[in-house]
Amino acid sequence: MDIWVSILLTIATAATPLLIAAIGELVAERAGVLNLGVEGMMIMGAVGGFGAGYLTGSPWIGVLAAIVIGVLFSLLFAFMTLTLATNQVATGLSLTILGLGLSGMLGTSFVGLPGQRLPNLDIPGLTSLPVVGRLLFGQDPIFYLSIALVIAVTWFLFRSRTGLTMRAIGDSHTSAHALGISVIGYRYLAVMFGGACAGLAGAHLSLVYTPQWVENMSAGRGWIALALVVFASWRPWRVLAGAYIFGAIWIGQLHVQAIDLSSFASSSWFIYQPIALIKSLPSQFLSSLPYLATIVVLVLISRNKRLTMMNTPASLAQPFVPER
Amino acid sequence: MKKTFVGLMAAAAALALTAPVQAQEKFKACWIYVGSIGDFGFSFQHDQGRLEVEKEFGDKVETAYLENVSEGPDAARSFERMARDGCKIIFGTSFGFMDAELEVAKKFPDVKFEHATGFKTSENMGVYNIRFYEGRYVSGQIAAKQSKAGVAGYIVSFPIPEVVMGINAFMLGAQSVNPDFKLKIVWINSWFDPGKEADAAKALFDQGADIIVQHTDSTAPLQIAQERGLHGFGQAADMVKFAPQAQLTAVVNNWGPYYVSRVKAAMDGTWKAENLWEGFKDNIIYMAPYTNVPDEVAKEAEATVEKIKGGWNPYTGPITKQDGSEWLKEGEVADDQTLLGMNFYIKGIDDKLPQ
Repeated sequence: MDIWVSILLTIATAATPLLIAAIGELVAERAGVLNLGVEGMMIMGAVGGFGAGYLTGSPWIGVLAAIVIGVLFSLLFAFMTLTLATNQVATGLSLTILGLGLSGMLGTSFVGLPGQRLPNLDIPGLTSLPVVGRLLFGQDPIFYLSIALVIAVTWFLFRSRTGLTMRAIGDSHTSAHALGISVIGYRYLAVMFGGACAGLAGAHLSLVYTPQWVENMSAGRGWIALALVVFASWRPWRVLAGAYIFGAIWIGQLHVQAIDLSSFASSSWFIYQPIALIKSLPSQFLSSLPYLATIVVLVLISRNKRLTMMNTPASLAQPFVPER
Repeated sequence: MKKTFVGLMAAAAALALTAPVQAQEKFKACWIYVGSIGDFGFSFQHDQGRLEVEKEFGDKVETAYLENVSEGPDAARSFERMARDGCKIIFGTSFGFMDAELEVAKKFPDVKFEHATGFKTSENMGVYNIRFYEGRYVSGQIAAKQSKAGVAGYIVSFPIPEVVMGINAFMLGAQSVNPDFKLKIVWINSWFDPGKEADAAKALFDQGADIIVQHTDSTAPLQIAQERGLHGFGQAADMVKFAPQAQLTAVVNNWGPYYVSRVKAAMDGTWKAENLWEGFKDNIIYMAPYTNVPDEVAKEAEATVEKIKGGWNPYTGPITKQDGSEWLKEGEVADDQTLLGMNFYIKGIDDKLPQ
């Protein structure tokens, strides 16, 4: 039983940064802004979080710093795309490239330093409960924050007036503008929220997942988060499911590689055969499974054109200039 | 962006050189790295070697480097620029630079080229490499002595000969202590991804391994070992400060003395293109201080290092391949060609080698 708990904990850790970054991007995209700079904002959050945590000795200050840096970095994107109406795809890409380079430069002096780790939650009596104790009451604080974010964003987008307005802007910025809604203002807020989330995801990487700073430590997680938003057809709970499916496939394939097949010799055919089959597959294929799964789901989703159109924010990635 | 910055610096330095106030011309040595010097791994260790050269020669030598240069034909641009910028000796530090470097070496016969881990040489291009497997053999011995479960977990990147050679050497070392030693191998198909490496370490520990070895570059697996109160080995650099209670030792890549000797040879005019594959004997690798092990284990490990320095090769028969066929007879020593092209496991490894 212990091993299953341990696997679930590992999956949660792997899924959390993806989930947080994706939920932030989801809000931005719901408001009609495609920010491909998630990877760049995430890595800036990681270096900022590590640096602030290291210099002040408090990982909590690190988390705050990561969020602030994520927001500041996203403001750069917002200013370019919203105020100057530049192309969102190109600007987002350059934000990623800038973030990767800049974080490397800022982080030079942090390389090789042991960092701070955000402590896991520990509630006396509850955390030590068998099985569910560690899962429900013993994880890192950012994990709980990620779940709270999903609930809050769901409520915000579908139950609050501001959220409905934001979605309306994402679907038709010209109509929203005609109604006197500040399209640019709302979009600034949405992009900043995306930046805050990406920064927080970065903090999770450098303060929880692997408490250290090294260049490129986000290793493409920002791109996976972007894919998850489409995968989830812009719905918060599906982002949660997607992040955990992705995490489960990823962690599962590592376990299958390490598993000793002979210890399953006495198990039933239905357990032994699938494990034996997966174990016989090349590891390169197993490594690419999470990505293949994403593509398969994208294909399945896009089969139904009407459904896709209904879910996709109609003004996504279109620059908005009020005078036009 | 950083590349451009370094380029500007190099250009500025070149201008400074031609200025009349500069009385004595400095000898310029240059490095090209595949990764960033902030990776705390492979490229980081090469850059430590560069810094040693600066320290050794002081004002007589000027150094420059380019980082994050992609492997493949495009690398030629970087080598060419270095050569035009007045570099007298250029070290290309990754396998994939091989053909590009060779091509540029032909164009600049007066510049000396050195290529790490490759196999192509010319009049003015030499190759150098480390016998990493010697260190892995020692690690294997320590692992078998320290593991209570008799199982080690091995996190690996790509199935290239270098990596396979390391796995086999580790297993040979372990089997010399405990013939029934087990190795769990997880391929993550990446040289560097702290998150994935941490996940792989967790999976291996969950599956019963109590010692972790890695052929990937980050400190993440050791940090997991530290969290779990288990043990592991540092990779390429001494990583003990990341895992003070977990690191047993590390196989440290020590390029510095080699770079100093080659730059010196180039300055003296005694430089010749060579094909060097060095190990413990030449001090191009060494074992980091043995920590968290009993004294006698440390002593035995040191004895093995001495034995290897004395000329003994861990790949000395009898060694059987995984499929049970004989590879090396009693007393027979593997030749370098076979080692450099190694694509099979030895007996006792329970894993299918990805082809």
